[in-house]
Amino acid sequence: MTARLATESRLTAPDDFYEALIDAHRGLTEDQSQLLNARLILLLSNHIGDLDVLREALAAARMGIKEPT
Amino acid sequence: MQSELFAYRKAPELASGQTGRYRVVVVGAGPVGLCIAIDLAQHGVDVLLVDEDDRASEGSRAICFSKRTLEILDRLGCGERAVRKGVVWNLGKVFLRDRLLYQFNLLPEAGHKRPAFINLQQYHLEQFLVERLLETRRVDLRWRNRVTALTAYADIVALTIQTPDGHYSVECDYLIAADGSRSPIRSMLGLEATGQVFRDRFLIADVKMEADFPIERWFWFDPPFHPNQSVLLHRQADNVWRIDFQLGWDADPEVERQPERVIPRIRAMLGETRPFTLEWVSVYTFRCQRMERFRHGRVFFLGDAAHQVSPFGARGANSGIQDADNLAWKLALVLEGVASDRLLDSYDAERVPAADENILNSTRSTDFITPKSKVSRTFRDAALQLAGTYPFARGLVNSGRLSVPHSYRESPLNSRDRDSFGGHLSPGAPALDVPLTGRDGPAWLIDQLGTRFVAVYYAGSHRAIPDALIEGLRSEPVAVEPVVVGGVDWSATGVPAEIPAFVDTHGLFAQRYDATPGAIYLFRPDQHLAARWRTLDLNAARSAVAHAACLRETAAAI
Repeated sequence: MTARLATESRLTAPDDFYEALIDAHRGLTEDQSQLLNARLILLLSNHIGDLDVLREALAAARMGIKEPT
Repeated sequence: MQSELFAYRKAPELASGQTGRYRVVVVGAGPVGLCIAIDLAQHGVDVLLVDEDDRASEGSRAICFSKRTLEILDRLGCGERAVRKGVVWNLGKVFLRDRLLYQFNLLPEAGHKRPAFINLQQYHLEQFLVERLLETRRVDLRWRNRVTALTAYADIVALTIQTPDGHYSVECDYLIAADGSRSPIRSMLGLEATGQVFRDRFLIADVKMEADFPIERWFWFDPPFHPNQSVLLHRQADNVWRIDFQLGWDADPEVERQPERVIPRIRAMLGETRPFTLEWVSVYTFRCQRMERFRHGRVFFLGDAAHQVSPFGARGANSGIQDADNLAWKLALVLEGVASDRLLDSYDAERVPAADENILNSTRSTDFITPKSKVSRTFRDAALQLAGTYPFARGLVNSGRLSVPHSYRESPLNSRDRDSFGGHLSPGAPALDVPLTGRDGPAWLIDQLGTRFVAVYYAGSHRAIPDALIEGLRSEPVAVEPVVVGGVDWSATGVPAEIPAFVDTHGLFAQRYDATPGAIYLFRPDQHLAARWRTLDLNAARSAVAHAACLRETAAAI
């Protein structure tokens, strides 16, 4: 039994989280924002830990995004 | 001394005009070719070894030799010299800018004969190997002999060899191509190695200096003395230090190897006042690639000729020497007529996955050190920054995952476990070393294994061993030597003196092999585990030997 990516709503305060996420980028250049996102992804990935869940998340995030032809 | 070892001599075929007839011809007298020639000689096989050059390698080239390689060199009779001349190290440090991010110990566990790594210039190793090879008196070593034509038939391989005194013809049963990454033999057969070229350049310098830096592998990301790039510092024998500077793809290799460009880079790193001399400089790019198969009928490809990796991880020469270790005993058993040709196919079955493992690790390291895209670079920088604060991120930092031997877990030569065993070891894995006490004092398990099949019997605290162990296995068409390990002083028991017997002084055999009294472990001539049982079952043991050696039907029936 492999762990599954939780996709039901789990955020206790979605609006607060969203605001915090956008606020975290306030005043940053494009490159700094990219760096922040990368650090955030690494921190959260480690928190999740389970590679199967992470692969599922990567696939879900990629879904529907087409490579330019 | 050196010149005598590498002296050109006129081949006898040139005087006789006859076609030379050899069982095995090895092409390429680098570390890999030398190792397999020595190994075959130790198995009683006569070898012709040819090399187009007449000297050891120029510059240090391969410098990091792994524990597994040292165990193989021990079996070939030059491990001790290599370790004594080399620089022993276990510790690596990774820096970001001027700050230590973390350090790693590659051999955190005591009780192994050999360290995780030694650093030794390739030319020193080659000299030791040549000297050892000449001692065997079974290898005809010919410098400045270049293979210029090759025809592979079903039953022989025919070669034309060019020398300063003209050319001659040779036929052999088997040809071993250890002729490097640009393998002329590979081209002559119309074969290729395919893979990925990395768009980066590295400057590699051998610097001689007196320095009291600790004997550790130091790797910098973005150091102040070489911003935005990586640098590696590593000590070798004779106060020679290896320094690798990442240059980037746009660097001009011709310009960068000029001393007037190299010396300021080194001064920036070491300080203006430290005296040093520049011994060797090279600028290189690298690729990760391999041939689809390493066996082509009677021709075998080993080392860089078969597969190539980036230098980060020390997986080039080490994996090549493990190729030699894998093939030599198989070829010897087939030439003896006891093993079937299928045994030679297992070279591919075992070493192709080993090459893939090395390429995978090497590619991952290279993607970290030389990010191929902007987003890859961003993640790399993010991981490096986090690593300073959070231990989890240190696991992401990749400055080279250093060579560990491949376990032939899926090998067709393994016998599947019938009994259950704990721990990481599985059939196909290389032996784990253990300190023991023999009748004459301290000993190492690894030294009891190799070059022939060995059955290690764990007696626990029992004072006797089953007769079947000695009678039953020695009568195999392929002899299996028994070795006894247990908890008692074997000199005071009835175990015959000719049976090597050891005390498991620290209990590490029991621990590392999850051994219970009566358990038996069958090791191949390359020290890899072929099969194991909780109790001695002679039929099972015989069939495991027949299986691991691909014994021919007729031989097995005797």
